[in-house]
Amino acid sequence: MKMKNIKHIDLKTICSLTLVLVILSSCERDLSDEAVFATFPNTAEIFTDSPVGLTDEFFTSFDPALGANPEAFGTDDNVAYEGNSSIRIDVPAPNDPNGSFVGGIFLDRGAGRDLTGYTALSFWARGSITATIGLVGFGTDFEDNKFAVERSNIQLSTDWRKYIVPIPDPSKLVQERGMFIFSAGGLDIIDSVPNGNEIGYTFWIDELRFEDLGTIAQLRPAIFSGEDLIEQGFVGSTRLITDLGATFNASNGEDITVGPAPGYFDFSSSNTNVAFVNELGLIEIVGEGTTTITGQLNGVLAEGSLNLEVLGSFVGAETPPVRDPADVISIFSDAYANVNNLNLAVFNDANVQIQTQNFNGDRIVTYDNLGFVGLGWDGTNNVSDMTHLHIDVQLSSSTNPALTVELIDFGADNSDGGGDDTGGGFTIPSSELTEGAWVGIDIPINAFTQPTGGGFSGSPNLNNIARVVLVSNGSSFIVDNIYFYRE
Amino acid sequence: MNKNLNKIIGSLYISCLFMMGCGTDDTQTVATFNTLVAEDNFDVDGQINTSFWNFDIGDGSEQGIPGWGNNELQFYTDRPENVTVENGFLLITVREEDFNGAQYTSARLQTKGKIQQRYGRFEARIRLPFGQGMWPAFWLLGDDSDGSIWPQIGEIDIMENTGDAPTEIFGTVHGPGYSGENSISKAYTLEDNRVDTGFHVYGIEWGPDYINYYVDNVLYYQITPEDVDEETDGEGEWVFNDRQFYIILNLAVGGNLPGSPNAETVFPQTMVVDYVRVYEFTNAN
Repeated sequence: MKMKNIKHIDLKTICSLTLVLVILSSCERDLSDEAVFATFPNTAEIFTDSPVGLTDEFFTSFDPALGANPEAFGTDDNVAYEGNSSIRIDVPAPNDPNGSFVGGIFLDRGAGRDLTGYTALSFWARGSITATIGLVGFGTDFEDNKFAVERSNIQLSTDWRKYIVPIPDPSKLVQERGMFIFSAGGLDIIDSVPNGNEIGYTFWIDELRFEDLGTIAQLRPAIFSGEDLIEQGFVGSTRLITDLGATFNASNGEDITVGPAPGYFDFSSSNTNVAFVNELGLIEIVGEGTTTITGQLNGVLAEGSLNLEVLGSFVGAETPPVRDPADVISIFSDAYANVNNLNLAVFNDANVQIQTQNFNGDRIVTYDNLGFVGLGWDGTNNVSDMTHLHIDVQLSSSTNPALTVELIDFGADNSDGGGDDTGGGFTIPSSELTEGAWVGIDIPINAFTQPTGGGFSGSPNLNNIARVVLVSNGSSFIVDNIYFYRE
Repeated sequence: MNKNLNKIIGSLYISCLFMMGCGTDDTQTVATFNTLVAEDNFDVDGQINTSFWNFDIGDGSEQGIPGWGNNELQFYTDRPENVTVENGFLLITVREEDFNGAQYTSARLQTKGKIQQRYGRFEARIRLPFGQGMWPAFWLLGDDSDGSIWPQIGEIDIMENTGDAPTEIFGTVHGPGYSGENSISKAYTLEDNRVDTGFHVYGIEWGPDYINYYVDNVLYYQITPEDVDEETDGEGEWVFNDRQFYIILNLAVGGNLPGSPNAETVFPQTMVVDYVRVYEFTNAN
């Protein structure tokens, strides 16, 4: 009984003490000294002569269903940079029945590591040939990948060479499970196109660890590849901040650029009544006006920005009329059944920015700074019985617009090239194009008489249509409802 | 016992020096330069102390050495954009801009006729810029008021760096028989550290027949008349006992030594100097 009483009093006392503490500290939101975070081991080593503190499976492959080859990974007791063993990766040939590339991650076997005291991942590697490993990095855990960092295309030597992947902001890595990620495919010495002529090779990795290097410095972060973009947006739509980078200078004077996950950045919007950005870099447009989106990494302002002009909510193009399915061959429209596997840019110029957006089921595509873009799909279509091609366009740039629509027919062989391809274009009168307003253009099927930018002479065959091409002078457009029909 | 111990320690020390050998006979002469005779701590914001410093202006053409003798690319000015004092630091800033026919501007300060002396300890605490094409320097030139010309007047480069090697600096002497590309030089690499992330003290201790080079607390190089003899097969002349030398601080860009900047070189960039100090040679003790 006595004991219970005492306990009771103690609790009361503690409660009131806590209250006092809360009141005393309530004027500042800093954490009190009593608040101590759980800490995690800061083990630096990942692989020396054996895996250090990794999960039992050690290597977790990318999905074999996507072509990853889980058999290509192992260790080698005959090769080592230091000690007596190294990681050995046998990069497969493209036709390897076990998978055409090798890649995956190493996970910490515990709850994660505290890597805040390190500045880089480092390892030694050598190759059987001077191939290029497509990707190395850390922070990928096959869950949120919140602090993933990727370094692309490191060139192997046939002798051991040290490689580093700088940590963009070590203070973020209080509990990281993703210790290492890599991905490698065959070496292409013929045409640099992934077309099956690549050859396999072997590379070895040793002394894989995190390090506190005093020689990595001069962080220069970037968003949107360092470009200052100007775009128009609509209330209710979203836009991802893309092309994140962090460039460091290494001890040998070389610049190293890594691709950090959005979680490393602090993004901001200069006018949160227009748009705000979340920690994943997703911009949500909420009101009319203009705002500038910027980012910081470890206190350093990133090069690149997005100036967003929001004029209002999106107004869709006029809904196409109901038609007999036999009277329509639709490329891109929510009103009809479309061709299969439409690719909104089978080919395009280097400057065009392409984006699709969905407003309550109305999917549109924007082509900003359009030079040319080709839309393609599975197979070809006979449109010779159709009377028109319809396209809805809204000009979203202001000066001297130009827009030509071209058709390309693949000919009887139904394939690109082969000598029987034809094509022709129709230029929409620029007087028809009005900034900010949808116009529906109905082009007679026999009106594609102009020579094309790709060298066809005009008036294409219509039995095997495979591409619709849009050609402009750098103007910007919103496009919807591209379909052939007959009256 | 004590004497014996001293002998043992002494011989250990000497053998260590031999193992680290950096030239002829590394029994280095070390003097105590304990009397501060001149210093600029850059304490007055926005003002360069003109009782200490002169400005060299231009691209070297007026001095008869266009490109300052090395095909350097900068035009030196005394504008605040290129040289100023802020928060107790001297800032020498190189900018990429079209200016009087040059692509870059920067600054060069020297103490000719103001702060110059023969022998002593000269040191500066500096944070350097980085990137291909950067060429910062803290150096001494011999007084030429008697009509002598370089390299007879001598040149002591206390610290030079090329921005493509951010962990490395080098110390050099130029004189008759060993100038320009044939100068006598040694590089020093910082241990797990860089020249552009923090301040380092670069200095020399210079006395009769020797110049000792140091970075922070590390003495990394001694050069003596014997070294000059050896490097030049007896052709070189030791000219560092002859005259007073004055101080130069500059940030060059491009030229024969570092090569031109590339697309990755960041502009503008600043060489930040915390202090410059000169101590005198004394025979106290």
